[in-house]
Amino acid sequence: MGLRKLLDSIEPHFNKGGKYEKWYALYEAADTIFYSPSSVTKTGSHVRDGIDLKRVMITVWLAAFPAMFYGMYNLGFQANTAMAAMGGGEVAGWHGMLIGMFAGQDAASIWDCFIYGAVFFVPIYMVTFIVGGFWEVLFSIVRGHEINEGFFVTSILFALICPPDLPLWMVALGISFGVVIGKEIFGGTGKNFLNPALTGRAFVFFAYPAAMSGDAVWTAVDGFTGATALSVIASDGMVALQSQMTWMDAFIGRIPGSVGEVSTLAIFLGGALLLFARIASWRVMLGVMLGMFGVSTLFNMIGSDVNPMFAMPWHWHLVVGGFAFGMVFMATDPVSASMTNAGKMWFGALIGVMVVLIRVTNPAFPEGMMLAILFANLFAPLIDHFVVQSNVKRRLARV
Amino acid sequence: MAEYLSLFIRSVFIENMALSFFLGMCTLLAISKKIEAAIGLGIAVVAVLAITVPVNNLLYTYLLSEGALSWTGIESMKTVDLSFLGLLSYIGVIAAIVQILEMVLDRYMPALYNTLGVFLPLITVNCAILGASLFMVERDYEFGESVVYGIGAGIGWALAIVALAGIREKLKYSDMPHGLRGLGGAFMIVGLMSLGFMSFGGMNL
Repeated sequence: MGLRKLLDSIEPHFNKGGKYEKWYALYEAADTIFYSPSSVTKTGSHVRDGIDLKRVMITVWLAAFPAMFYGMYNLGFQANTAMAAMGGGEVAGWHGMLIGMFAGQDAASIWDCFIYGAVFFVPIYMVTFIVGGFWEVLFSIVRGHEINEGFFVTSILFALICPPDLPLWMVALGISFGVVIGKEIFGGTGKNFLNPALTGRAFVFFAYPAAMSGDAVWTAVDGFTGATALSVIASDGMVALQSQMTWMDAFIGRIPGSVGEVSTLAIFLGGALLLFARIASWRVMLGVMLGMFGVSTLFNMIGSDVNPMFAMPWHWHLVVGGFAFGMVFMATDPVSASMTNAGKMWFGALIGVMVVLIRVTNPAFPEGMMLAILFANLFAPLIDHFVVQSNVKRRLARV
Repeated sequence: MAEYLSLFIRSVFIENMALSFFLGMCTLLAISKKIEAAIGLGIAVVAVLAITVPVNNLLYTYLLSEGALSWTGIESMKTVDLSFLGLLSYIGVIAAIVQILEMVLDRYMPALYNTLGVFLPLITVNCAILGASLFMVERDYEFGESVVYGIGAGIGWALAIVALAGIREKLKYSDMPHGLRGLGGAFMIVGLMSLGFMSFGGMNL
């Protein structure tokens, strides 16, 4: 228990009046990483349970791991395959140097692909974590609240939805916007009304569209353009897509895309953990599914001669693009979603409807999940308000 | 019919008065602290826009635009162009209609009149109302289109203020930095909201 003693012995310096009073937030963060805080609720009624914000956030963080590891492998697989098709070639700059140190460039080797992906993804995650963490710590110190584990989730979700070769300074800018404007100015974790990871991504998306969208950014090879499934459908239709990949490919995730979003299977694994631990709301997920199913079926029935997106069936909507990732990890964010049970269904349904609407009718954005969730976040408090009002009305009628 | 529907959706979401043109900011920021008040004001804006835009459309087509006076049959009137009087006449029409609406509501629907309270006169100086009339002239809407556009623009603006009120009610308990409480924070919320509404930009209906 040397560590406990060490922490206890330096604690007085950080308490009020101590030498390093200002840095209490950092001390507290280090302490709670290693030990559960001993403080408990003293008054009022409360449920006795081991779950706290820290455990919730760490579970979400872990749930994102299958998607992350598979995504890194797939990133390397796509890049190595693309490079082999282009007749070999070197990876430019420090990326290439790092890859050369650990692995070759054989698309058939799992190790080679994984290292390739890691060399591109890990720096993005590190920058996200360090820059975002800096803001988090700064605000905690200045405003005197505790550093919160919520940032683990924000950082990994943000990194997972960036294109693999996004310049690192844009990553830094995006996460800064997400953490500061999306969350901290409203008072930190639990007080924001937009999902901070998505706010940051939307900021980079609109500020530097060339680096965030299009066909060239999703495979980490210079000069290679590999269209994502959604842009293939948008320009050439379902038949062209099915000649490139089967539904199973898209479900398992052997398609180009950002690290987190490609494998629907791995995302569902994480989602199952979240549902089992009752951290993510099944109502939101169900709502998203139903909304998406309803509107995509409606579009299928309407049909269109000019827009091939109309013909995209719901099971394809599910597996391509960020739909699954957004549904499992982003829409279920307990802070920015609606709070009431009925409200969660409506909130989810709004996302599902919007995502299909944006994908199908908006040629400017082939991918709709990010904007659909942000849009639904805006109306989440309003949905809650109306649910509460209708409950009040129902009970008044009974009185 | 399809074009009216498309115009309606466009004016509600894509060209949202508040969140993509940032019109009517003063009332949007001032009356968005409570959802009930925001709904009241939203309804009033829809009602006023639905009346003033078509009326201004008639005014423009039959009085102000170039050659509009040819219905009088007087030869010298056929080339008169009064469109420089546009701004003045539109705002006059808006003020007059709001006054009449207020009196009518007071007489026949006192309940609604009391809910709207001070918001009705406030609307006279709401630039979203004038903006809608000016857009209508600039885009050459005919009468039917101007009716749809007026209703759509009003609903879009109402949607924005009600959503903003919802968010601000939720944020009432959050620990914002002191300098940002109130208007400062509201500006940032509106900015982030318009980020959310950008999903409609470029939508093809």
